[in-house]
Amino acid sequence: MTELEARKAVRAAIGKVAPDVDAEEINDGSRLRQDLELDSLDFLRLVEIIAHDCGLDIPEQDYPAVGTIKGLVGYLAAHG
Amino acid sequence: MGDFLMPSLGADMDHGKVVEWLVKPGDYVRRGDLVAVVDTDKTTMDVESFQEGVVADLLVAIGQTVPVGTPLARIAQTPAETGHPAPEPTPSPEASPTPEPAPPTKEAPTNEAPMAPPVRHLAHQLGVDTAGIRGSGKNGAVTRADVEHARAARRGGRTRSSPRARGLAAELGVELAGISGTGPGGAVTESDVRRSAGSRQPAPSTPAEVKAPRQEAATAKPAAAGERVASLRRAVGTLMTRSKRTIPHYYLGTTVDLRASLDWMQSVNARRPVADRLVPSALLLKAAALAARDVPDVNGFYSAGAFRPSAAVHLGVAVALRHGGLVAPAIHDADTLTVDELMKKLRDLVGRARAGRLQRAEMADPTITVTNLGDLGVESVYGVIYPPQVALVGFGRVMEQPWAQDGLLGVRPAVVATLSADHRVSDGLRGGRYLARIDELLQQPEEL
Repeated sequence: MTELEARKAVRAAIGKVAPDVDAEEINDGSRLRQDLELDSLDFLRLVEIIAHDCGLDIPEQDYPAVGTIKGLVGYLAAHG
Repeated sequence: MGDFLMPSLGADMDHGKVVEWLVKPGDYVRRGDLVAVVDTDKTTMDVESFQEGVVADLLVAIGQTVPVGTPLARIAQTPAETGHPAPEPTPSPEASPTPEPAPPTKEAPTNEAPMAPPVRHLAHQLGVDTAGIRGSGKNGAVTRADVEHARAARRGGRTRSSPRARGLAAELGVELAGISGTGPGGAVTESDVRRSAGSRQPAPSTPAEVKAPRQEAATAKPAAAGERVASLRRAVGTLMTRSKRTIPHYYLGTTVDLRASLDWMQSVNARRPVADRLVPSALLLKAAALAARDVPDVNGFYSAGAFRPSAAVHLGVAVALRHGGLVAPAIHDADTLTVDELMKKLRDLVGRARAGRLQRAEMADPTITVTNLGDLGVESVYGVIYPPQVALVGFGRVMEQPWAQDGLLGVRPAVVATLSADHRVSDGLRGGRYLARIDELLQQPEEL
């Protein structure tokens, strides 16, 4: 998956989990919990949507690596 | 004959607004069937029927706000209520002055149109003779609309209309009988009324687009987001003020070692697809529910000067809404669920709470509430009790902490568990036992 595709997939997934989050608010540095206010259930759903849409299952031990938009996009680009 | 009343959906609710009817006159409802959607200050909820019968009349128009206890609909008794269980819904007395529906056999007249079983069922339900119906569906099949048409035609005099259409017609001074309806079964809809009244507005098809003369009455959608946040804020404020004014709170907190629980959870999750994975909250909630069963002084209601402990543990879960405010619906009998079941219910409940679609029972009867604010960052939370409950459990953020044990220092994941409890019912010793029990339970996660 290219970085562009990864970025698009991440935005789409966040749009589904937290439709109220303004796309403008999201930037590379956004932290999913603190800035976008996704709780653990939202996060699980995000991981689930990514698994469904991109066919990439992020194992739990990699959760810390995908705590920001940048981390998540990078992870998808590298593994997806 | 019984009335379907505006239910109380929580200690703080004194009125509600009907935003949608899920049934119409003539429909057969069983106990537990969803009948209406009610909007309160806090959320929008599906409300179920407490009786069985045929809906005879809807008494409250969509958009109308009425006090708790107001009759919303009249439900006519059916034979089922008088003793013999009816395997099939029975037609209402009002709806069936006609002969029995034609039996769906070969003996049926050859000119009978094809019909899907659900449609036949509907016809039977409405007491409509299907033999005479000309189908408008594929290959001349009889559709639901055809059946409803036939019934409307038979009823003659009365024009079928929605409560909203009736309300609007009254408001605009339009005679319903003169309007030809375009709704299901030829029912007069709101837009038919509007058209008939010579309004310039294009007939809107969705409630959201409706710009009606009387805004409140015409808006079937829940209040706009801003308004919703404000009213939710007020409702939370009123309830919490009452809590702090009447309940003598005391507060306890303890740090719980989560190493065993999280190790167990991670090993379980590693073997599972994402959809079946657990989050720490599921374990914390299960422990809170089990401990509440073991220490009944924190589980139940205080009202009229006395505490009534509850045998069941209906665990309220405080859910922060994304637009602001919070609701605390219940997971019923949480102590009896497996961690997996609890996890599933939690996801479902939180999803629906945020979508504004909770059910009456979920809002009305938590026996103890848990707030899991730590999920979003704080180390500990001392909550305010939801009256008439007598305790509120808080969990902070799961974080790594230096942990001294047996003279050695290590690093472990831990969480601060807190209890706010009602001093009229329990004291610190009992409350402390509750938290200690949670701690014990979390040390043996496989037993949860």
